[in-house]
Amino acid sequence: MHLEYQVFEADFVNAGAASSSIKKTLKQLNVNPQIVKRVVVALYEAEVNAIAHAYGGMIYADIEADKIIVKVVDKGPGIPDIEWAMQEGNSTASPEVRNMGFGAGMGLPNIRKNVDRLDVQSTVGVGTTVEMEVHF
Amino acid sequence: MKVQELVDKLGLKVLSGANGLDREIDGCYISDLLSDVMGNAMEGNIWITLQTHKNVMAVASLKEMACIILVKNLVPNDETIEQSNEEDLPILQTSLPTYEIAGKVYNLLNS
Repeated sequence: MHLEYQVFEADFVNAGAASSSIKKTLKQLNVNPQIVKRVVVALYEAEVNAIAHAYGGMIYADIEADKIIVKVVDKGPGIPDIEWAMQEGNSTASPEVRNMGFGAGMGLPNIRKNVDRLDVQSTVGVGTTVEMEVHF
Repeated sequence: MKVQELVDKLGLKVLSGANGLDREIDGCYISDLLSDVMGNAMEGNIWITLQTHKNVMAVASLKEMACIILVKNLVPNDETIEQSNEEDLPILQTSLPTYEIAGKVYNLLNS
């Protein structure tokens, strides 16, 4: 099953909508609730990242019999130092975003803790692709 | 314990999501950082926070938390209330600051 969602820059009102939709689909497919919980944490963080840090982008989810693969492709600005961004506590979020309770530098570490495979590719000026896989 | 009993015993005000007052409570999590809640809260938890925007509902819903308690008489915005009513996930309000309501919730859940 292939699902696609568009996310828009700074669209915090709809943050979580794609995650919620994918969660419902996984539940309908009777995926183990503990696995669904892990997918949801990772998905939400990736969705919020695209909204808070990027100029919008797309979420592609492919659900197979034994796994889900999610790819979040944003339109930039890109991450200059992925290793730095992956460390807990590091964030480039604006003060406004931090006041909402985001931008604590926990997003990417939260993703890493909850997925079986994570691949972050980024080119400054082009965009970032976060690909993650969770096995059922 | 159901959310209704929490409301009655601690004198909380139900701001929205009243259809969800029969939700079962299992523990409590306190944080104003959304990623912290996302990463560490558990299903059935009460969430005590001062955040009032709609993303609080998104997180509470995704994590299947029992209810939200807003401290210091804080009021959620309209979009937050709307989603709370749609999802039957109650938002409760207390006049107390976080430390004091946390103590009361702790005593109640551990009594």
